[in-house]
Amino acid sequence: MQIELTLNGRPCKAEVTPDTRLLEFVRQQGCASVKCGCETSNCGLCTVWLDEKPVLSCSVLAVRANGHKVTTLEGLQAQAAEFGAFLADEGAEQCGYCSPGFIMNVLAMEKELKQPTEEEIQQYLAGNLCRCSGYQGQLRAIHRYLNRKQEENHE
Amino acid sequence: MFSAKQYLLAQSLEEAYVANQKRTATIVGGMCWLKMGKRQMQTLIDLSALGLDEIAVTKEGFSIGAMVSLRQLETHKELNQAFCNAFAKALSPIVGVQFRNCATVGGSVWGRFGFSDVITLLLALDAQVELYPSGVIALEDFIKMPYDNQILVRILIPHNSKPVAVQSHRNTATDFPVLVVAASVEQDGTLRMTVGARPQKAVAVPASLSLSDADLNNHLETALDKIPFEKNMRAGKEFRRHLASVLLKRAIAQLKEEQSHAN
Ligand SMILES: Cc1cc2nc3c(=O)[nH]c(=O)nc-3n(C[C@H](O)[C@H](O)[C@H](O)COP(=O)(O)OP(=O)(O)OC[C@H]3O[C@@H](n4cnc5c(N)ncnc54)[C@H](O)[C@@H]3O)c2cc1C
Ligand code: FES
Ligand code: FES
Repeated sequence: MQIELTLNGRPCKAEVTPDTRLLEFVRQQGCASVKCGCETSNCGLCTVWLDEKPVLSCSVLAVRANGHKVTTLEGLQAQAAEFGAFLADEGAEQCGYCSPGFIMNVLAMEKELKQPTEEEIQQYLAGNLCRCSGYQGQLRAIHRYLNRKQEENHE
Repeated sequence: MFSAKQYLLAQSLEEAYVANQKRTATIVGGMCWLKMGKRQMQTLIDLSALGLDEIAVTKEGFSIGAMVSLRQLETHKELNQAFCNAFAKALSPIVGVQFRNCATVGGSVWGRFGFSDVITLLLALDAQVELYPSGVIALEDFIKMPYDNQILVRILIPHNSKPVAVQSHRNTATDFPVLVVAASVEQDGTLRMTVGARPQKAVAVPASLSLSDADLNNHLETALDKIPFEKNMRAGKEFRRHLASVLLKRAIAQLKEEQSHAN
């Protein structure tokens, strides 16, 4: 069946089978940042935005995206690079495998929560697993990233 | 992951119901549970076009469409104001935000999962389930019913507000709960308490106890002794029995605090 959607700001029309997941669909469309890290909807690596909301692309049917807007890391290069620099500065990335899904969810959190507390940040990001780090570097990077405007004003 | 050959975006409940009578057809809610299976299906039935993704405030209470996501319940202002923030508290430990943006309340209740945080809370709020075509039934009865081929249309909460508290314990964040409890207070001060993830399906505590009972703790222990607890890979039976008492006492303390604020 045919679906029509907006993928990273561009109109996109394609044939999919009823059981194709959004994960495989966006990868077929060249969005290789989106990966499958588990079989149980637990790891968060496959995070994309469906109409601005972060979802697990492994747990959404491609047909459900028909008529909607899908955003992957490929469509957020500038924001990803900006936050990525904070991650690198804090030494938060080790193997980097978890980063695409993690960055998508941090950027979603930035849009949804105004001045989140530490607890709110941890809760928002609980569904993004990282096997290498202890999450401390990521948390430092997030705090610095969210406060970057104030940091700039101080300099 | 399952496989399917056809997709039906149902235009009416009747169309979904008729299609669902075939053994090879399945309703897709959020798909989070379904995708863990490997069933080969003929037709996927999608209820997305039926406007069931809304939470309505009604004269009697709240009406929650089957396709409402767990995240919608968790962040809905009126619902959380009416029920002491219990939806936010009960649902936020479930996996992660992205997961809760996908998983639906319809799939969660239909599944009648033993580990369900969702059902334990809804049961304490005397929720009802609207089925197509058979109509409205108490959640307490629905969870005992065998699986059939009806459609779960809505969850109804017959209160505009009710003091309620939830408590759960997990071995590790985002895992299934070891135990979940909820307690609410009726207008006459009687407590309605529920225990879920025993690990079997949630049940109501079989006793009519009052929040003002001077010997509430002892009466609670006697009532909890009547509920069966079992072991599984997450915890033993004795630990669950112990937790039930600890968590319900915390929930009761929370309710007493609510009450003192309200007075
Ligand atoms: C890894 C993982 C961890 C989880 N952890 C927790 C937890 O800690 N606490 C908790 O409470 N829950 C937990 N859950 C359960 C989860 O919250 C959902 O309840 C579950 O995914 C089902 O919801 P769904 O929308 O994904 O349903 P689906 O997977 O789409 O469907 C589930 C079943 O319900 C049927 N169905 C769906 N909607 C309807 C309808 N409207 N009418 C009739 N039948 C219908 C489907 O055919 C299917 O049989 C977990 C699930 C997973 C996969
Ligand atoms: S692949 Fe792990 S949550 Fe989607
Ligand atoms: S850096 Fe290796 S999984 Fe996160």
